[in-house]
Amino acid sequence: MTRYTSATDADRAEMLAAIGADSVDDLFEQIPEPLRLGRPLALPDGMSEAEVFERLAALAARNEDAESQVCFVGAGMYDHYVPAIVDAITQRSEFLTPYTPYQPEISQGGLQVMFEFQTAMSELTGLPVSNAGLYEGPSSIASAGYLAMAATKRKRFVVSRGLHPHSRETLATYAVGYGAELVEVELRDGETDAEALAAAVDDETAAVFLQSPNFLGAVEQVEALGSAAKQHGALLIVATDPMTLGVLKPPGECGADIALGEGQPLGNRLDFGGPSFGFFCATEEQIRRMPGRIAGETDDVDGRRGFVLALQTREQHIRREKATHNICTAQALNALGAMVHLAWLGREGFRELGELLVRRTAYARERLAAVEGVELLHTAPVAREFALRLDAPVERVLERCAERGIVAGYPLGREYPEYEDGLLVAITERRSKAQIDDLVETLGAAIQAEIGALVSDSATKAPEGVS
Amino acid sequence: MALTETPMQAERARTIYEKSKPGRRAAVLPDAEVPELPLAELIPSDLLRAEPPRLPEIAEPEIVRHYNKLSRRNFDLDSGFYPLGSCTMKHNPRLNERVAALPGHARLHPAQDPKRAQGALELMWLLQESLGEICGLPHVSLQPSAGSHGELAGLLLTRAFHADRGEERTKVLAPDTSHGTNPASVTMAGYEVVKVATNERGGVEMDDLRAKIDEDPDQVACLMLTNPNTLGLFDENIAEIAELIHKAGGTLYYDGANLNAVMGHSRPGDMGFDIVHVNLHKSFSQPHGGGGPGAGPIAVSERIEPFLPRPQVVRRESDNGGGPSFDLDLERPKSIGRLRGFQGNFGVFVRSYAYILSLGGDGLAEASETAVLNANYLKARLAEGRAGERLPVAFERHCMHEFVLSGKPMKKELGLATLDLAKRLLDFGFHPPTVYFPLLVEEALMIEPTETETKESLDGFAEAIEQILAEAESDPERAKQAPYTTPVRRLDEVKATRRPVVRQPLPPPEGDGHRSVGRASR
Repeated sequence: MTRYTSATDADRAEMLAAIGADSVDDLFEQIPEPLRLGRPLALPDGMSEAEVFERLAALAARNEDAESQVCFVGAGMYDHYVPAIVDAITQRSEFLTPYTPYQPEISQGGLQVMFEFQTAMSELTGLPVSNAGLYEGPSSIASAGYLAMAATKRKRFVVSRGLHPHSRETLATYAVGYGAELVEVELRDGETDAEALAAAVDDETAAVFLQSPNFLGAVEQVEALGSAAKQHGALLIVATDPMTLGVLKPPGECGADIALGEGQPLGNRLDFGGPSFGFFCATEEQIRRMPGRIAGETDDVDGRRGFVLALQTREQHIRREKATHNICTAQALNALGAMVHLAWLGREGFRELGELLVRRTAYARERLAAVEGVELLHTAPVAREFALRLDAPVERVLERCAERGIVAGYPLGREYPEYEDGLLVAITERRSKAQIDDLVETLGAAIQAEIGALVSDSATKAPEGVS
Repeated sequence: MALTETPMQAERARTIYEKSKPGRRAAVLPDAEVPELPLAELIPSDLLRAEPPRLPEIAEPEIVRHYNKLSRRNFDLDSGFYPLGSCTMKHNPRLNERVAALPGHARLHPAQDPKRAQGALELMWLLQESLGEICGLPHVSLQPSAGSHGELAGLLLTRAFHADRGEERTKVLAPDTSHGTNPASVTMAGYEVVKVATNERGGVEMDDLRAKIDEDPDQVACLMLTNPNTLGLFDENIAEIAELIHKAGGTLYYDGANLNAVMGHSRPGDMGFDIVHVNLHKSFSQPHGGGGPGAGPIAVSERIEPFLPRPQVVRRESDNGGGPSFDLDLERPKSIGRLRGFQGNFGVFVRSYAYILSLGGDGLAEASETAVLNANYLKARLAEGRAGERLPVAFERHCMHEFVLSGKPMKKELGLATLDLAKRLLDFGFHPPTVYFPLLVEEALMIEPTETETKESLDGFAEAIEQILAEAESDPERAKQAPYTTPVRRLDEVKATRRPVVRQPLPPPEGDGHRSVGRASR
């Protein structure tokens, strides 16, 4: 179906005459006959806008989202409230529809946003240099590994098991290409095992990867853990949750050479996992090894202040196989969303939000730990997410809670066999005290029901929908 | 000319940090509703930060004004012609934004139990099927986040494919004119790039290809190509190229940057490609966003399928007569593993699937036809008059969806570089074409109008070029000093690289860390 095009029959005739072709088919004659499809694509016919909307709305209606259920799942992406101005600004044509700012004279808006965003991320992480954004969290961590190899001329990564499982797996995927070796360090009581880490780092180690708060929600002793990296001349790479940096000591003040992570909590929707952005900050020393776009300040010929893509000599379109990275995408629109959200929160609001998360999390953790059949998986300090152990099968308990409209958390057994009984619970400012209280009650009842079901004949008492 | 500043030029750039004043704010947060214990009782104080980050302090009306004003300092596709070669700047339908924003999509948590995300998984599966049909390849992974990410995926797949056969190959062939991401991806995947020469038609130089393969056929892992090539011409030798690479045991990789030329007309799988990446932000209308987000799904042949990234969306038929169900398959023993978190850029998938539904199979084929018609028409218009003389087309024959002109005569005869022409076009309200690429054409201008432009837009662009060339005959300085009307004029890019200033310097905290203890009044 013709859509979004304007060529009328008369236009076509005139255009073909100017070209000197008899038909549009003539233009396709350069494709050798055997390689022409010669049939219509086996796809449905085009639809009206109203029909497409209904079709997509029907698919959307088959998902249980954070609007229809109360969502206590985090595990890297969080159901924060994104202020209305974020949508209003990111949907403006001038931000939504241009390409990468290769013509800086007509891209000052986007370039200045990048500069402001870099400033914000630098402030959050306590490191002087930020890029304009990467694809998302885990692949940014893999990119940091590439930088560390270039910086140290070494090929060994020591990785805490507290790193997001997707980050560890992505790093492992990339490491095959890098020819790098991965060594994993276990957790002890929810935190990276300091002794095991110290033993794992050696003079061949390019980087030590930590995450704080880690996947189990624990705020790590980054400074102490990082000393092993310093002793051996390895880079300290710290993944973090940007929403906690209003209250937690920034990685840059804990000795991190690189601080990075998933940017979704800032101004981005859940979107079933993307698009979002990765942030990537580093010490001055690493600026010429950074991946991704970086906006820089300069002057025009009349001396006006302006912004351009700086340090392009790192990039693939100039350096080709010697580039610091292959990435061209800055997730500029997602980074804009983050910048507007951060400006809206402001200096005070950002800290207040961090404090709110810590306090509500402490409340939820204390109340849930008191529930019969629940205990804390670890007692390490937490900011906005924490791990529990349940006395009943986690997936079945979750199923019971879901039937009551609550997604109670993330089942840790999906990624950590050693925490088969583990449940990870996340708090945002959208999760009210009443919702937390409701979770306490619902989870408690679900656990009791499951224990009861296990004790009696489970075949007849199994809840509906559980196989 | 333009000795007086435009109002926008007169207003100097000020960042949001320079508009900040202590005490101002926008956000009002919910009450904590729980005991407001001192933070240090909840987290050891050595793990807490002393001062909050110096984010701007500014009220909502001024945030809105700031970013609206900034937006006006951008040129965008919704405002004008954007013939940036190889970037496929086609219309971004607003319908797609609307459906992507539905809560069932936008507020769906990525770790949601697949049983409770059936609509999302079905949408992904339908998009996989659609892209597979368009590419002529049976299996698709939506996971890569961009074209370059798809390239890396393709190379890691190639490595896994060979390793599975007990082989380790070291070389990846790529044309010397390939997009810079190709060689950069090759290095990241641990291969060595071997450049293949380009013939005068922008195609693969067959003798050189044969020679590079014959040097050491056992070491050839892959050949990366785009077809139509960087001159916008279809490489007629593609079947023979595929045969040569496959005979040597390598894989053939298709950079999908130019797929918009051939949708519904010719399929990379039928050409012999094993792995294809598709730029959803090019052919499938995802807005470019000023440099992302996009997505770079890959379609692959049977022999590559076992190695696709985890997780893979699968459709399972019901045992009891019910409808099919959809799931995330994590049990893929030969998989290269994850390339990123969760399932990929789902919001982009929604937009691109809406686009495919809107056009249908026939509409996609027609989109390609109109893209090719528009490109050939603009090429014909630019073959007339001064442009025909000063900006000859690099290769004289019908093009596909884009074409390349050479500014060499213009530079020689008028002293105008391609860059000058590009900058002067800004004053005429056009985004310039891609410049200085491909490298084999001197002073290149790579022009891709796309199917969504009117004949009138194309005529307007051709007339602007004519006018600039006419003006340069009497006053070449005018273009050399251009632009005049943009928010800023030519910028010193060297300075930004030699002495990079990449963030706003901010005054030190005023020792007022206690200030944030109080809450905002409502």
